[in-house]
Amino acid sequence: MKLIKALFSIALTLVLIWALQTKFGDIPPIGEFLNSVSGFWQNAESKNFQPDENLHLEGLQGKVTVRFDEHRIPHIFAENDHDLYYVQGYLTARDRLWQMDIQTRSAAGRLSEIVGPKALEVDRYHRRMGMTYGAENTLKGIMKDPTMKMVIEAYTEGVNSYIHHLSKRDYPIEFKLLGYAPEEWKPINCAYLLKLMSETLAGGSDQFAMTNDLKRFGAKDVNDLFPDYPFHEDPIIPVGTKWNFKPLPIPKPSKDFIALMTDTIRPRERVPGIGSNNWAVAGSKSASGYPILANDPHLNLTFPSIWYQLQMSSPTVNVYGVSLPGAPCIVIGYNQKISWGVTNVDADVLDWYQVKFKDNRKNEYWYNNKWNKTTKRVEVINVLGRKPVYDTVIYTHHGPVVYDNISQKPKEGHENIPVGDALRWIAHDESDEFMTFYLLNRGKNYDDYRKALTYYTAPAQNFIFASNDKDIAITPNGKIPLKFKDQGKFIMDGSDPANDWQGWIPYDQNPTVKNPPRGFVSSANQSSTDQTYPYYINWRFELYDRGKRINDKLKVMQNATIDSMRLMQMDNYSMRAQDVLPSMLRYVDTSKLNPDQLKVFQIVKKWDKHFAANSVGASIFNAWWLKFYDMVWDEFKDDKVLLNVPSFDRAEKLLLTEPNSKWFDLKGTPAKETCNDIVLQAFVTAADELLKSMGQPGKKWEWGNVKDTHINHLANLPGFGTGQFYAGGTGAVINALRGGNGPSWRMVVQMGPQVKGYGVFPGGESGNPGSYYYEDMFTTWRDGKLNELLFLQSPDEKSNRIKSTLTLSSK
Amino acid sequence: MLFLLILILSFICSYFLPWWAAAAIAFLAALFVGKTSGKSFWSGFGAIFVLWIVLALVKSIPNDDILASRVIQLFPLPHQWVLLLLTTALIGGLVGGMAALSGILTKKAFKK
Repeated sequence: MKLIKALFSIALTLVLIWALQTKFGDIPPIGEFLNSVSGFWQNAESKNFQPDENLHLEGLQGKVTVRFDEHRIPHIFAENDHDLYYVQGYLTARDRLWQMDIQTRSAAGRLSEIVGPKALEVDRYHRRMGMTYGAENTLKGIMKDPTMKMVIEAYTEGVNSYIHHLSKRDYPIEFKLLGYAPEEWKPINCAYLLKLMSETLAGGSDQFAMTNDLKRFGAKDVNDLFPDYPFHEDPIIPVGTKWNFKPLPIPKPSKDFIALMTDTIRPRERVPGIGSNNWAVAGSKSASGYPILANDPHLNLTFPSIWYQLQMSSPTVNVYGVSLPGAPCIVIGYNQKISWGVTNVDADVLDWYQVKFKDNRKNEYWYNNKWNKTTKRVEVINVLGRKPVYDTVIYTHHGPVVYDNISQKPKEGHENIPVGDALRWIAHDESDEFMTFYLLNRGKNYDDYRKALTYYTAPAQNFIFASNDKDIAITPNGKIPLKFKDQGKFIMDGSDPANDWQGWIPYDQNPTVKNPPRGFVSSANQSSTDQTYPYYINWRFELYDRGKRINDKLKVMQNATIDSMRLMQMDNYSMRAQDVLPSMLRYVDTSKLNPDQLKVFQIVKKWDKHFAANSVGASIFNAWWLKFYDMVWDEFKDDKVLLNVPSFDRAEKLLLTEPNSKWFDLKGTPAKETCNDIVLQAFVTAADELLKSMGQPGKKWEWGNVKDTHINHLANLPGFGTGQFYAGGTGAVINALRGGNGPSWRMVVQMGPQVKGYGVFPGGESGNPGSYYYEDMFTTWRDGKLNELLFLQSPDEKSNRIKSTLTLSSK
Repeated sequence: MLFLLILILSFICSYFLPWWAAAAIAFLAALFVGKTSGKSFWSGFGAIFVLWIVLALVKSIPNDDILASRVIQLFPLPHQWVLLLLTTALIGGLVGGMAALSGILTKKAFKK
């Protein structure tokens, strides 16, 4: 009896311990997570600065000194390049290990391994889009180049050196929460980060929707509503810039394309508003006589921040800027001689091809008038708590057939992926983008900048440049396919070789401009060039609004300083409001408004066109415009078929120049509406909705309250983000802050004998929610201020901003 | 006596053994010096309860409890981080108590 009691008690204790160690569904292993010995409590970092430290790490070749400033930004001084990238990897892992793990895991389609079947569709999507295939090819490209091979391997060694002596209690909190352990870093993970960037910036497509539009409305309407050059535009390369090269012959349009366009046959959504700003003013426009460069890339804002700030110095380089956690080198930054930045080009580098298979085995497909062999790639997806999933992906010479039958396509999401079509995507190609950054980090002048760009493949970026030689330049750059006009605007016939990409635009013929007479260069994702550029890059770019505002301001700017650039980055002026609001106001017959609506009307009439946080007019205009836009394109509402809706720009043209257009007529009403009716109706509906949801105009109506601005933790963990905060800005103004997307790094660099950099990102260096450096830069960023960046010239330079030193040497 | 023994041994072991080592310590300690079932349970419970509160606070106080204040929001509890501390200590206490109880019961089972 006593024995049974004892055994029962022991069994109960063991079951209790087991239960506390086990993950049930989404509930973390509670004992593992909470216990004070190795659980999350151990992740709480003291607010006091760590004292000076000495570490001996295997594999280092010399001595490395790292100085940390008050934001705990590392300033690395290494005796050789191997050690420099080793320590970049080591420190990035120390601050951002979980972020590095989860981002590359996601790109590689390996989330199911840690969270189970609920991530299976996401993983399948990434596998089937060829992310792994592309990363493998890119790694090949990197490893062919001895310099980049050394860089990637040293970085990997550094990350692993950190992981190797990590005890359980030191695991980042997210590992404890999800109940898994960090794994060895591999060189391919660095390539996955590039793929992730390509997915974000050049991974959307609207060809499926455009093809559906074509079937429904015909070529005439589609050509009218989706023009190849917008109504409002102010291109990146100034209008009239001469092209001083002899272009390659442009490929001839394929037969089916011509047929498509002349109506003889009828055969992931792109996220609008992704973008960034950069500009550089020449010395002639600056107070100091030297160029100033500014850049603010707009990306999803998360904690930990997408960027990791650091200074990297060795005998071959001394550079400051931001890097991507998990990838070597500085991506956006400056050194003593040059500064550079990037915005997205939005080149069409992703195309879909209809595939005709011989039979259901899909071993052969029709191309160039004969049957060709497909290849098959088996993707093995390991799933937590289940058997692995084997997913076979068919490849034609174009690339993977993402969903070869409808049953493979998930019921929700990825509506923009056509079934049965092969994907040709630049992200699948062998490439070596890190070389571009490696060279820019060491760049001394314009020629070095131009040379660095030739190594860059994707996602194509507008590389802006300023130097101490007083040169400024901008180049929409990447490996851009040589295409006939509008090639890839719609899904193409994959059996005709004329539809294949026919080569590449030579790098020295990518659009570029150096020291233009206007005294500045800029980009905000608008059209790369005017219509005289001989090559086709894409039929649509981002709206011109931000670009136009930047150019308007820079045109009249004199004696520019760091502060004038900073204020410009925070500018909330709406070009759209300037373009359309006067006409919209004119169309409203105020005698038809009730007193409440009239009050609302008076506010928007007096509005100063700034999307400021405290602006009520901004909230009204925004609601009004969106309502107008929806009503104009009511023909494009369809629950069953994915259609592409014409752009804001096209709606503006309609409003300003075609008041009697057929598109104003609402489908559901017997009356024939005109522009006049729609503008008024849109206003009344918008005003009534605002009144109904928020009562009389007041505090609640302020744009900063209406707009939901927030920064979430990468895994959307409650309490780990900022929650909603009050802020101005919107998608089409320079300060493009909206929802959880916006300026992810604001940088301004004053060139000169003593180059001076300023910058800030929303968040902090540490990825640990239990660190004082998790979000210590957030308020500075939110309030539109910049930190002066500490650019040390030697490891011994004295500065009262240096708070601690880490000395590293080999074992 | 048993309380102090478990507390001190678990504290020392917490630096190099996993958290559930506390259960083994409580078990063995009760096996050798435990007297009654009730006393053993509460000694084991109390020792780990106190130890885990101390270990948690050693980390959390210099941190101004910012991490605990974030983590509490993941739980369906009022957003008071002290509740997290109590939950932690209760879990530890329960494991310690059960292990100590198992220890004394085993001792009794083999003692004629």
